[in-house]
Order: sequence, then structure tokens, then C-alpha cells
Amino acid sequence: MAIELSINGQAHSLDVEPDMPLLWAIRDVAGLTGTKYSCGKALCGSCTVHVDGQPMRSCVVPVSSAAGREVTTIEGLSAEGDHPVQVAWRELNVPQCGYCQSGQIMSAVALLERNPKPSDEDIDQAMSGNICRCGTYTRIRAAIHKAAGADS
Amino acid sequence: MKQTGLAGGGLVFALTFTTACQKQAGPPGIAPATASVSPNVYVNIKNNGMVEIVCHRSEMGQGIRTSLPQIIADELEADWDRIELIQALGDTKYASQNTDGSTSIRNQFDILRNAGATARETLIAAAAASWGVPATECVARKHEVHHEASGRSAGYGELVEAATDIETPEQAEFKGRDDWQYIGKPFDTIDGFDFSTGKAVYAADVMLPGMLYASIERCPAFGGTVKAFDDAGARAVAGVVDVIKMPEPTNPPVFNIQGGVAVLATNTWSALKGRSALEIDWDRGRNGEHESVAYRKALEDAAGTSGELRLDRGDVDAAIADAASTHEGVYYAPYIAQAPMEPPAAVAQIGEDGSCDVWACTQDPQTAQANVAGLLGIDKTNVRIHVTLLGGGFGRKSKCDFINEAAWLAKETGKPVQVSWTREDDIRHGYFHAVSAQYFKASLDADGRATGLLHRSCFPSIMSTFNPAAASPAPMELELGATDNPYGFENLRLEAANATAHLRIGWLRSVCNVFHAFGVSGFVDELAHRAGTDPKDYLLQMLLPARKINPADDGAQYGNYGHPLEVHPIDTGRMAAVVEKVAEMSGWGRELPDGRGLGIAVHRSFASYVAAVAEVGVDARGKLVVHELWTAIDAGTTINPDRVKSQMEGAGIFGMSIALHGELTTKDGAVVEGNFDSYPVVRMSETPSAINVHIMDSDAPPGGVGEPGVPPVAPAIVNAYFAATGKRIRELPLRNAGLT
Repeated sequence: MAIELSINGQAHSLDVEPDMPLLWAIRDVAGLTGTKYSCGKALCGSCTVHVDGQPMRSCVVPVSSAAGREVTTIEGLSAEGDHPVQVAWRELNVPQCGYCQSGQIMSAVALLERNPKPSDEDIDQAMSGNICRCGTYTRIRAAIHKAAGADS
Repeated sequence: MKQTGLAGGGLVFALTFTTACQKQAGPPGIAPATASVSPNVYVNIKNNGMVEIVCHRSEMGQGIRTSLPQIIADELEADWDRIELIQALGDTKYASQNTDGSTSIRNQFDILRNAGATARETLIAAAAASWGVPATECVARKHEVHHEASGRSAGYGELVEAATDIETPEQAEFKGRDDWQYIGKPFDTIDGFDFSTGKAVYAADVMLPGMLYASIERCPAFGGTVKAFDDAGARAVAGVVDVIKMPEPTNPPVFNIQGGVAVLATNTWSALKGRSALEIDWDRGRNGEHESVAYRKALEDAAGTSGELRLDRGDVDAAIADAASTHEGVYYAPYIAQAPMEPPAAVAQIGEDGSCDVWACTQDPQTAQANVAGLLGIDKTNVRIHVTLLGGGFGRKSKCDFINEAAWLAKETGKPVQVSWTREDDIRHGYFHAVSAQYFKASLDADGRATGLLHRSCFPSIMSTFNPAAASPAPMELELGATDNPYGFENLRLEAANATAHLRIGWLRSVCNVFHAFGVSGFVDELAHRAGTDPKDYLLQMLLPARKINPADDGAQYGNYGHPLEVHPIDTGRMAAVVEKVAEMSGWGRELPDGRGLGIAVHRSFASYVAAVAEVGVDARGKLVVHELWTAIDAGTTINPDRVKSQMEGAGIFGMSIALHGELTTKDGAVVEGNFDSYPVVRMSETPSAINVHIMDSDAPPGGVGEPGVPPVAPAIVNAYFAATGKRIRELPLRNAGLT
């Protein structure tokens, strides 16, 4: 069965079972491995992508429900890796192991798109679905403020 | 600094693994090299002027891929913008690649400096020879050799041909620290661009043509076996290609495959679906009745009764008998899991010539190489372990069981195989940090001052993973925070009580220091309060006057993390200094809002000293809030202060997870918890408003950085909670006291 969807502006026709979570369609079938598995139960946020601009945990979204929609992954956030969030992440050397950071960045971008100048409380609320075992949370907060252009 | 990928293995994947940081520095329009020379295994000079530096240690977020080249490039006098970083295969031609125990810098600083220095001397000798001048008249400076007297100079690339005829010295003189250009500087992380763009490659990102995805159902109880299984349902799932029974578990487990049934499919989802359709009849085996509540009681009883003597100073029994009063308590900490964000994963492929390539998130590629060679019955020179970036390690990925699984399945199927562990696999089938019970009893004089301490520690030993007869804490484990008790007790006795392991025991970031620091630092805080003394003042009283401790003086065996005590002493003066620093940083003694408290703890581990202060409070719902953390670290000479700071920030969060949440329980031999709902870890919403870090200025030899930040965090929090509420907690996690 072919599921038709757009990923990062490119049309894909994926020959997959409709119940396959979008995460595995993106990784194993479309070959985009920037989006990560870490829990499979929408508990950790590593798999966060945007579907029609909304942040979603792709590990629990069936690929069939993304049919006809526009999916944005970390690879599609910017052509040159220079989205302000990505730039801020590098300026503050946010990542340690880096594994959760695709999901962190996608969640942060979604936050800033709906709330351009979030408070610390806004950030905590929006970002607490994204786990980081390396403990980069204080730098993530600072980087979001930096990307927002606010004083930290 | 550019980075390129593999040395060897010219497969399709090599293209994706080449992480060319086009956005980072590098001269534009540089021509490809046509020749190169390797003065040693860590450095390769190319005739286009680029210098390859080999990183032989695994990157798991500690920043070794940045700090290692900082050291080599500094001694080499190489231009940072003309360095390419190569990740080494597992190969015994390098120094130890076992990236564990916070050893990269403290054990190999001189090896790395020597790699840069001997390469530098080789280039100087090459220039001198080609100019017919003494090498002593030449100097290396920023990617060039100069002969000042004649004004001649040559770039490193130009010297490649001449350098080929030079014999590299074994040893060369190191730069003085005043001449360091890169060492000590907060360089940006090498992999920053890739981390922020999804280009960073981890083990499960490796895709080879024809590769099968494998997911393995393992016995819920450790050491159990498959009695029978029905794979009809699994094979009926679209995408499932095969179902294969894994080799039986071994006792001891070491890093061997521990049985189970593998489902192989054309994609991960089909493998997972197929696996959930398996029907397996298990023999739960020798550990099938392991139940953690009863086991806790057994450990606490053993700790409270008697143990084998491991350290004896003065006469603790007499001190207790003569004491005006005594103080005692039992400290308990449960099994916990490393739970790195990337669960274990490995890809293996057997070539037509029978050689094997593995891509894996391994902390120890040399051991993985030897394991795979043994498993496949081939020479280890035919096993290439390609080390991917690790999505966290914390000790889990030193153990190559998951690599053995992938290699075995690759041989069985004749296809490339990717084995990936689910989160449940990671939580339920790990090498767990040992559950522990510690008994403390102190003798107090009339003023409430402690005159003696008995510490009895009881936990299943890591040695059980290597020796089925191991049933008591090993000296090496007690040395992690028990034997090296730094406090000035006139009478001190350490005992170890026996415990048999029923789960696979391993090591987790800072190992037994986690529970020993919790117990010792918690109990010492209790003694401070018994003495009516401010806890910070009490620590200083018990640590000063400054002295160097040798546990052998008290009859104890002590390996000092592999260092002679002359090089890395147990220096109570350095401990007191970080206590004083963190007290100053946190405003210790200031007036606090109602319901808040400050707690302090200090711990030496892996040859570094860390003191932590936590400010905690209790919110309207009665939940504990960690408002702020301060830490001061003395790690001697450090390489990249921003990476040290980030490790301490991360250790603060990691230690908070241990304090607040981490607990694995068992029933019928099986670990009950399975994912981040039942095994929670700290999230952004619980993160303090600030984690303040101070790195002590020091010329001392480098101490560890990756682990030492962890041990003092949980006791600082527990001590702060006591300060805030008057309630003493002696067991982790605090969730069980209703505080989360």
C-alpha cells in the first residue's frame, strides 16, 4: 500500500503498512535518520517532527495519518543549518552527546513559532516532553532565549 | 577544524559517515593530498597541508573528540583550521580505547602530548635535514618549521617527503604550560554543526544494502532460557524475514549473548511487530525468583550484622563501648539503569572474505574486536569495529553484548544485520548499577563529636558478571568512596558484607561512588547535626588540617584509580578547598526564604574533588524542588573548560535523577520497570534555575571529569531537605518518600 506524503518539501510515495509509525517510515524507508528513536511511547520527544507545522511525536503517529501532509524533519529545518535555533544551539555549545537534540530543536522551533518571546515557565512547559540524559537543559533554556532575541 | 570519517571500509555508508563540516574553518580550495606521512598512529601529515589527528576514544558527550585534538594539535604546533579529525577503528596499536572510568585525559594526557610532540620533532628534523642545518636551530610554530638564522621556513605539507626518511623519536619534550595555545581553552565542540542539523551518525543510523533489522526478545529473568517458542505469528507479519533462536546464556555472562529469540525483518517496525507476536515459553532459571523487596531486607540484615574487615584504624569497638552516645543508620539505594538516550545498537556485516565490519556505539572497541573475533572464530585483524558517535554511554556501552548479537546474526543469516534495543530492552536487560545497603554507627563524645565510625557496605558485586562465585564486594569497588574515607575519625572500621547477584551487575557513571557518597556524606551530615555544628564547618573540621591519606596505613587495599598516591594523593586540603569554594559560591549561611534549605556534600573520585551545594524547598503540594545547584571541581589540569563545565552541569541533572527518581524493582526474576513512565528521569520542568560551576585553578596532574560530578549531588539534596524540614532520608529515590 502506498502512502503519499511530503517530507521536507519532497513528495514521497512509501510502500508501507498504514500502521507503521511515521518515525520508522522517515528513518528506515525514506532514509532520513536525523529523527531518533528513544522510547517508542511519546515519553521522551527524541522523535519530534512537524506535521503541517505542528510538533508531533512521530513514534506514535501512524504514517497513514500523515498521508497528504507536509512533514518537516530536522534535516528540512534549513538548507544551510542556519535556522536561528540551530545557530543558538551551536553558539552556546548546547549538545553533549547530541542524540536528543534533533527532537529538542524541533520542539524549540515549534515553541518559538507560536510564542516568539517565551518565559522560562513557557519554555519548561513546552520542552518538558523532551528528555536529555546528558543534562543540557540549562543550556537549552538559554539557547531558546538567545534564538528569541531576548536577554537571558 | 574539519572532521572526516572512517579509516577503512569503503562501503556506501562511508559517504554518510563523512561528516564534512563545511561551515567550520578550513582554507578554501585546498587540493587533495597525493602523499602523507604518519610519524605515529595518532598523526598523519598530508602534503596538501592538512593534518589528520586520530581520536581513538569514544565520544559520548564528554567532548573527547574536541579536547583530544586540542592536546595533540597544541604540541604539534598545528593550525587548528587545518586539522581533520579521524575516528579510530578498534585497534590495539592505540593506547587503551576503553572510554570508561574518566580516564581519557588523566591516564593518557602524556600519551597524547607525546603524539603531538614526537610528530613535531619529526617535522623539525625533516626541515633541518633538507636545509642541512642542526635541528636545534629550528623551531615549529603554527604549521611551519622555521630556521631563524637563515630566515628559511617550510609548511608542514611541504615537509612530508623529507619526513618520510626521519625516524620518529619514542619520546619528545613537552611544551611548558605557559606556551599552551589550545590546551585550557573553551573551543567549540567539533561535532556541533552535525548535532544541530541531524547529520550526526549513531549506530542505528547505519544502513547497508540488503541489511536486515533485528529485534530480540530476551528472557525476563537474567540467565533464563527458551524452553519452546512458536514463531508462526511473527513470521506472518509483513516484512518479517526470519526468526532465529539466539545462543544460550552463559554463566558468568561477561559480554556474551544472553539468549532469546531474534526476529529479523526489512525494517524496524516489522521486526518489533513480529517480536510482539512471538509466543515463548521461558525457563526463568536460577534467578527466576529474585524479588527486590525481600532482597533489600536481606542486604540490610547483612549490612547490620557483620562483614569482612577491609580497613581498621584505632579500635572502633572500644570507642563505641566508651562512647557517651552513639548514632547509627542504614542507607539504602536501589538498582538503577544507565538509560542513555540512545539504546544499544550495532550493525554487523560479514564480507565475502569472512572478515567482519561492525558499526557500533561502543565505549570499548578493542574489547569488542576481540569478542567478535572469538565469536566468529577469525583473527582480530579481520574484525573492523567502526565507532559511531554514542548517544550517551554512562558505562552501559563498555559492554559489547549487543555487538556480539549483531555479529552472530550477521554470520547466521549471511546478511548485514542491525540489532537495535528498545527502551524496554535497555531498562530490563542491562548491566545494572548494584542495589546496596550500608550500615553506619558512630561513637560520640560528651560534646556530640564523633570519635569513631563503623561503615559496613553490602551489595552484589560487579565481579559476579565475570566470576559466578563472586559473592562479596571487591576491594576495587570499596575503593570507590568507602576505603578512601577522608574524614578525621580517630577510630574507623570498614567492613564488606556478602551478597549474591541475581541481576547482571555493571557500572554506571561513577559506579560505587554513587551509593558510598550518598551514605558517607549523608551520615557525616547527620553527625554534624548531632554535634550541633554547621555542616559546612563540620566538613572542614573533619578534613583539616590538610593531610594526605594512605588507606594502607589502616591495613586497607587501595588502588587509587590506578595512580600512585605520590601523583594523585588523597589530599584533604584540596577537599576542604572545594568545600570552601562552593560554600562561598552558594552564599552558605545566608538567610533563606521559609521552607528552604541548603545542603552540602563533598566527594573525591577518579582523582578529582567535587563539592556540591543544593538549595531545595518544598512546594505547595509537598513536592521537593531543587531550586539551584552549585558545584566546585578540582580536576587538576583541565583541557577544555567549557566541556568540564558542561560535564558538571550534566552531572547535576544526572545526580538529581538518582536522588529523585531512579529505581528498578524486580519480581519473579524480572525487572518491573520498562520505560520513562515507570523509570522517570529529570525533565526540563524540574531543572534548577541555575547550575553554577567553578573549576578550581590547578597545575596538578589531570583528574577525571566525566564522573566525579555525580556522587555529591544526591547527598547534597538530601542534606538540604533535612535543613529545610528536619526530616532525614536515608533511602533513594526520594519519590518513595512522596517528594516527587
